[in-house]
Amino acid sequence: MNRAALQRLAARIAPGTLGEIVRLSGGATQELWRFDIDGARYVLRRSGSGDQPSAIGVSLTEEAGLILAAGKRGVPVPRVVHILEDADALGAGFVMAYVEGEALGARIVKDPTLAHARTMLAAQCGAALAGIHSVDTDPLPGLIDQSPADIVAQWHMAYRAGTIRRPVFDTAFRWLDTHHPGETSPARLVHGDFRNGNIMVGPEGLTAVLDWELAHIGDPMEDLGWICVNSWRFGRIGLPVGGFGTREQLYAGYEAAGGCVDRAAAQWWEMLGTLRWGVMTTGSLARVRDGDMSIERAMIARRTSETEIDLLAMLAA
Amino acid sequence: MQDEPTPQDILARVAHFLRSEVMPALSAPHVAFQARVAANAVDLVIRQLDLGAAGHIAEHARLVDLLGRDDTLTVLNTVLADRIADGSLDPADPAVVAHLTATTCEKLAVDQPRYSGYRAALDKDI
Repeated sequence: MNRAALQRLAARIAPGTLGEIVRLSGGATQELWRFDIDGARYVLRRSGSGDQPSAIGVSLTEEAGLILAAGKRGVPVPRVVHILEDADALGAGFVMAYVEGEALGARIVKDPTLAHARTMLAAQCGAALAGIHSVDTDPLPGLIDQSPADIVAQWHMAYRAGTIRRPVFDTAFRWLDTHHPGETSPARLVHGDFRNGNIMVGPEGLTAVLDWELAHIGDPMEDLGWICVNSWRFGRIGLPVGGFGTREQLYAGYEAAGGCVDRAAAQWWEMLGTLRWGVMTTGSLARVRDGDMSIERAMIARRTSETEIDLLAMLAA
Repeated sequence: MQDEPTPQDILARVAHFLRSEVMPALSAPHVAFQARVAANAVDLVIRQLDLGAAGHIAEHARLVDLLGRDDTLTVLNTVLADRIADGSLDPADPAVVAHLTATTCEKLAVDQPRYSGYRAALDKDI
């Protein structure tokens, strides 16, 4: 991190003294930093190597635009205070006000101080999703359009690119082909990764929706299915919405905020979401075989069977 | 014949060392997390040494029964997957469901025996 450049940036954001700078997380190309100006905390999300698009083409600048657009629709989001410019000499990205709250899914489902929050959280997620799905996408021309069939084809290709055949995956792909609920809800802005793990929660419930890099245009029911995938329930299998709420609470919150739920489609997307996470874990096996020495990577590749048992449970239902 | 302790006995001590001595000595949270992942990985290998071979034998016997032919596990799984994908085998057939469930449970007993979906599947069988 170029402290001098951050010092100049801090001066543009707020008067005061730049305090400590802490790297929060991030991969090789994208970084997350926390810093404070006279005690007020900010988060810088940036890429040092240019405005690289995410796996489905959302650049950091576009991500900032999405957060601003969703915020205008009443979705709880971090306050974007600055979008990086060339003159900032910090690469591409943006600065957000730091959001207080818990982001770790395993704590969100069991922290005693969040017991009250959990009673409201699923409905709040439903309302936030209705807000996201009401965003006017005309001013967001960079987003790609993904139909349900496109997404099934994409993950089927990713599955078959691996060397190992998994009869459970073929069963699930076949089910998706034969059970598609037909007509799809009108295409909307879809968050693409709305789940326990990508939300911030405080004592009063949902405080921010994070990680917008998989946003696209598509069937809004995709988001309602994804948040119910068992992998994000952190052991609380009886509470399908992120391990903290019921589908009824989620749907009620969504409909009270103006959304229209297609229950069969949402369940179809939950099957596809589980399968998608399963195929993603098999991608870790390819990385291991390519020589990736991370133990964590190797262990993620052994989590595919978790998604297989979840698929079997849904297929039997 | 190799002498004892068994590989499992030795690995159990590696996992114990990682958890009781390495993790508390690490101050960097990221490295401590990796040490815990490493201990979990060692536990997984112990479970596979204990259960893997028997699971493969049982899976192979079921596949031979289901498909009416014999081959390696890899080939038989490919044949089963192809027959499900092309519709020549109905995956809702109770024999197919029973096989897929048993195979997945055999994997989870090694991969992640505490996984909620696995515990639910075991409870349902009882």
